[in-house]
Amino acid sequence: MFKKEVNRREFMKVSTLAAGAAALAACTPAASKPAGGNAPAGDTITLVQYYHEYGEEGCAEASKRYADSYTAVKPNVKVDRQWIPGDYAQKLNAALLTDQAPDVFESAPDAARYKAGMIADLTDLYAGVKDDFNPAVIAASSWKDKIMGIRMIIDTGVVYCRKSVFDAAGLTAPTNLSEMVATAKQLTTDKQKGLFLGNDGIGGVADQSVYASGVKSLVENGKIMFNTDRAGEALLKIKQLNDEGSVLVGAPTDWWDPSSLTQGLSAMQWCGLWAMPGIRKEIGDDFFVLAWPKLDDQGTPSTFLGGWTTFVSAKGKHVEEAKAFAKWQWIDNKADQQDWALSYGFHIPPRNSAAAEAEKLKTGAAKEAWDIVNKYGHDESPFWTGAMGTLFTTAVTNIIKNGADPKSELDTAATKCQAELDVVLA
Amino acid sequence: MSVQAITPSIIAKPNSNNKSRLRNTLTFWVFVGPLVLGLLVFVYVPILWGLILSFFEARNTVTPTQFVGFANYLYMLQDPNFIKAMITFFIFAVLIVPTTFFLSLGLALLVNNISKGQSFFRTVFFLPTACSYVVASMTWRMSIFNSLPFGFANMLLGFFDIAPIQWIGKPDPPFFWFVLVTVRLWLQLGFYMIIFLAGLQEIDRSLYEAAFVDGARRGWQTFRYITFPLLRNTSVSVLLLSVIAAFQAFDEFYNVLSSGVGSSSNINMARPPLVYIYQIAMSDQNYGRGAAGAFILTAIIIVVTMLQSRFFSLGRNEQ
Repeated sequence: MFKKEVNRREFMKVSTLAAGAAALAACTPAASKPAGGNAPAGDTITLVQYYHEYGEEGCAEASKRYADSYTAVKPNVKVDRQWIPGDYAQKLNAALLTDQAPDVFESAPDAARYKAGMIADLTDLYAGVKDDFNPAVIAASSWKDKIMGIRMIIDTGVVYCRKSVFDAAGLTAPTNLSEMVATAKQLTTDKQKGLFLGNDGIGGVADQSVYASGVKSLVENGKIMFNTDRAGEALLKIKQLNDEGSVLVGAPTDWWDPSSLTQGLSAMQWCGLWAMPGIRKEIGDDFFVLAWPKLDDQGTPSTFLGGWTTFVSAKGKHVEEAKAFAKWQWIDNKADQQDWALSYGFHIPPRNSAAAEAEKLKTGAAKEAWDIVNKYGHDESPFWTGAMGTLFTTAVTNIIKNGADPKSELDTAATKCQAELDVVLA
Repeated sequence: MSVQAITPSIIAKPNSNNKSRLRNTLTFWVFVGPLVLGLLVFVYVPILWGLILSFFEARNTVTPTQFVGFANYLYMLQDPNFIKAMITFFIFAVLIVPTTFFLSLGLALLVNNISKGQSFFRTVFFLPTACSYVVASMTWRMSIFNSLPFGFANMLLGFFDIAPIQWIGKPDPPFFWFVLVTVRLWLQLGFYMIIFLAGLQEIDRSLYEAAFVDGARRGWQTFRYITFPLLRNTSVSVLLLSVIAAFQAFDEFYNVLSSGVGSSSNINMARPPLVYIYQIAMSDQNYGRGAAGAFILTAIIIVVTMLQSRFFSLGRNEQ
């Protein structure tokens, strides 16, 4: 009988082919397996849920706990909660273009996504509870009479001021941007800067300064509104803060982390409400808060009424199941909503009834912040897209860093933003 | 030999040749196939798809339907921010290409001339090439060129009673260029040094001996008239590669100048073309314009490389 010897080359060929076949088999997309959405009743489906990486301790565990709890309620639905570190927006944008888009994800309202058909309509989930939500957050998620998202938390920003440093310098809280410039300068010493806005010396107060000049909204009734002389004047105040060396730059962490204030690197810091528990833990009650000051008596103090909103991908494989999960988590489950808003960082629950029951919002600096957001909060417009943000930031940089003429820069940016807006509205 | 005896071998030979050819072909594709497949799926298809996208209105989608012709290309070519990004590249290239060239050549000459420990120094200088651009950029930004008094560079300046410098974020004086150039130099000098070393070791030693016999002195004279001319092709390669690498600058700009959410305005002070294209495509979600920008940049790189090759006569006989 013929006995064939296996030589080295043949062995390599066969083994490489086998390895290749195995690799190809392993790479076969899960999508080729029966999809849960179309699977017979009783099959387990998996919903993918994206969160950005919250800095507050305990958030990651809590989000996992909520996801696991849903399986206890709906045994045939497993929630794969994914905690995305780093540049969340870019990763989310890339994922949303593919078949691997998350079923449920958090993001900011974005009309361009609504228009592209990426987001499922959630209007029906609000039946009977719409009036219990803060009207501003409903407006921010609205698109052509539909509600596209569910606000998870309301975030806001305030200027945190070290009480003891103000007392030692004999200063009081600044009430307008000129006073802010003067106060920051007076509080600047060899070892401490007056104000920390962000490591670029601007942080998140460029748009707040526009509001502080009296502009009501960056986008209103299909028009770009930020290109006014007074908005330019307000931006020049930030330039002055930078030019006079009163702002801290190059700190180890950025504006969303309160370390620069608590470690004495700056006497004031623009930061979010979420940081309040951490600040209190480090420096006790040695602080007070204020809104971003008005430009002058014709303007108003300002802050943002932001936060994260849950959306359901319209292109997902399990849209109805994902909507049911989103409703369970962010509309029905008030206990978890309060836990999420108040137990880790510090945020305002978007449901009025939940906010009213939040004891932590009723006293001290937290109450002041709550009052500030109610009086001066500017909600996010869904029509303000990433492209407009890039154009606006470029103009702001040119004004503050490169000394460009404010009105001319804002006009140029506004013209381009208007073109972007027209496309979104078309 | 009888006809019967010969016939089987004549018949068997073509079969054997065919089998061998088939086996060679199969072996070729087993080894080359995965590479070709990878190139096709991960390089050529995206390039082709990008080209298609560049002719479409592709906002928030990579499967667009609205054909717009050359509108995306015209927009990018008329966009002052894209022009500014090209100027940023030009400044970066002017700063990084000559410094890389001369410093890596200098390092290669030093390492080539030592008789002991050459392998050690070659390895030491080459090691940073293996370091991630992101890690190096973060180290430069957060530790060495931290703008606080306890940043490493500012501490050193403090010994000479020089006040802390705001390294990043101030356009005037633009110290951020120093940060960007030094991090790139640290990362790439070793790589170009190795290329120069290879070139230096190709030079025939007898040329030096002949020059010494003719009265040439060691040092500048032999470098000027023997070493440098014979490094022509190596030098041109280094210049070409470093110019292309400058065009592709992304990581250090993105990680040194952009410090995250809400603090991205520093990047607008010096935004190279790739960062700008990335912003348009990934942040603004306009894949049509992003792709058009990428193809314009590719065309510029090709033209510049061809001009450089022609100007320096790449491949010309070294004699």
